[in-house]
Amino acid sequence: MKKTFKKVVSLALIAVMALSTAACGSKQTNSAGSDSTATFKIGGIGPTTGSASVYGIAVQNAAELAIKEINEAGGINGYQVELNFQDDEADQEKGVNAYNTLKDWGMNLLLGSVTSGSCVAVAAKTAEDNMFQLTPSGSAVDCVANDNAFQVCFTDPNQGIAAAQYIGQNGMASKVAVIYDSSDVYSSGIYEKFAGEAANQPFEIVATESFTADNKTDFSVQLQNAKTAGAELVFLPIYYSEATLILNQAASMEYAPTFFGCDGLDGILSVENFDKSLAEGVILLTPFAADAADEKTQKFVADYEAAYGSTPNQFAADAYDAIYIMKAAIEKSGATPADGVSGICDKLKGAMTEITVDGLTGAGMTWEATGEVNKEPKAMVIKDGAYSLIQ
Amino acid sequence: MDFLAYLINGLSLGSIYAIIALGYTMVYGIAKMLNFAHGDVIMVGGYVIFVAVSNMGLPPVLSVILAMVLCTILGITIEKIAYKPLRNAASSLAVLITAIGVSYFLQNAALLIFGSNPKTFTSVVSLQTIKLFDGRITISGETIVTIISCIIIMAGLILFINKTKAGQAMLAVSEDKGAAQLMGINVNATISLTFAIGSALAAIAGALLCSAYPQLTPYTGSMPGIKAFVAAVFGGIGSIPGAFIGGIILGIIEILSKAYISSKLSDAIVFAVLIIVLLVKPTGILGKKIQEKV
Repeated sequence: MKKTFKKVVSLALIAVMALSTAACGSKQTNSAGSDSTATFKIGGIGPTTGSASVYGIAVQNAAELAIKEINEAGGINGYQVELNFQDDEADQEKGVNAYNTLKDWGMNLLLGSVTSGSCVAVAAKTAEDNMFQLTPSGSAVDCVANDNAFQVCFTDPNQGIAAAQYIGQNGMASKVAVIYDSSDVYSSGIYEKFAGEAANQPFEIVATESFTADNKTDFSVQLQNAKTAGAELVFLPIYYSEATLILNQAASMEYAPTFFGCDGLDGILSVENFDKSLAEGVILLTPFAADAADEKTQKFVADYEAAYGSTPNQFAADAYDAIYIMKAAIEKSGATPADGVSGICDKLKGAMTEITVDGLTGAGMTWEATGEVNKEPKAMVIKDGAYSLIQ
Repeated sequence: MDFLAYLINGLSLGSIYAIIALGYTMVYGIAKMLNFAHGDVIMVGGYVIFVAVSNMGLPPVLSVILAMVLCTILGITIEKIAYKPLRNAASSLAVLITAIGVSYFLQNAALLIFGSNPKTFTSVVSLQTIKLFDGRITISGETIVTIISCIIIMAGLILFINKTKAGQAMLAVSEDKGAAQLMGINVNATISLTFAIGSALAAIAGALLCSAYPQLTPYTGSMPGIKAFVAAVFGGIGSIPGAFIGGIILGIIEILSKAYISSKLSDAIVFAVLIIVLLVKPTGILGKKIQEKV
């Protein structure tokens, strides 16, 4: 009985192996077929499962939405567009695996990765292949270290410069305190640039306080020092989860400066059970707010909600813009799918520095050859428990 | 004036460490094992109260009692499943590693059920903040309640251990398990009782920790748990008043070093002080020196 069972299993295994090799063969002949030149194949990489899945799913949905609109309007240069989105669970190794899968599929352009860590790992591969890469939200400087990669979002340090300029130009305060996470690249990166730019601005940093990932429950000392130094504005280049605690503790010690943050604070209003009145008057520089009044945003939010049943976040807006940026660059350069991966990339590299795109995340976006984007940061203020754009 | 404000902040942080350290030291003193999952039982207690108050609308006191009951059951279950089979293992490391495993298990289970997004906790303390010197110094209701509960729990534990039969049995078990068993003490039941009390304390600590620092994530208990462990060692692990003193001192050192030396280095300073204390007095401030009988 046992022996026959083994035989059956081994026979079954052989059959499976034979079938799978056959499948491989047929797949290869297919992808080498005539189809591959008729459409632009855009590959996407991002976390659609795991703890960062909110970001990846938003990017995938918004990219699908943009591509659907483009295809219905006749495609790019007359070619239809296809999207294949692969999950990387925000992991570097899985990101590279996803990239290889997409290359096998015949990708022409890459949208991704969504998270910085995976993006840096994938960027090393795209540089080898000369694959055009546009990341919607990988904000680390290393994401665009190579000349084939471009960003839709601001790089981390640029947010610090933009924040300092915004505070200075609007005369928001003369004494500023900073509380940042010294154990986090995002936070300390922004802080360093902020401190550098602050020297050129008409305000003074009176208190610089920090905390670390292991010591982020008690902010009483940091706030006390800021209060004692007389800071009218506290700059928080941190994530929303610590910010909820800071706001809470500031309220309990009756310290009410203006709190000013970057895109890390985006999401503070969706913390479950958070008393939104604490965040009243908090200002943040973020590229997108779902309740902004302009027609473009409203149409996008309505379409997105109709298609996916949830309100789009900043990542969705970045991805939606990314697809239209690709479209603008392809139209400018006149690239076609027949140019091949490297050919498309060479044409788009030049075109990217020449185009100007009005998107959801900024009007008049232009790009440097380094891959960094130039756009006006948008400032939002939290009013009546919602983000609203400061005009 | 600032100094006084910092001192009060230190007291409020220290009282949180103290209340967690009481649970650590209790279990260590009796069962002679480091229950590294203690911090995560605190987190579970926090989530139970969160669900009870925010989703089911129960009054705070009832939710805390519910959390104590559930944490007690959880504590006894963990003890029965994970620690008891290893009690006679050749190496005491086996239980220590298992405790770390239980800690990760609880964190990941919470991650699975509640997700990684932080939740804001509604304070279970309704006492008003006290303001002194025109509001320049504030003492929150949570701090007052935490310190008072700490003292009550400490006194209660000392009375319980010294004055009741079950408490005396615990002392006997902590001194010599084998001899205690020969004298007719049910060692397993006594250790289970220890875990039950330790876990109920964890639920109270969870309520106070999350009320003072109103944020709940699956990792809420882990870092305060480690700091409280340090506090317990600092005060002399196994000593109940030691845990209280250790917790308060640790909180004050942490806040003062943040305020006057560097907010980046406060953890380093706290641990440096721990090393110095242990070099000078290896059993901690109130630790007893136990003579090994040969």
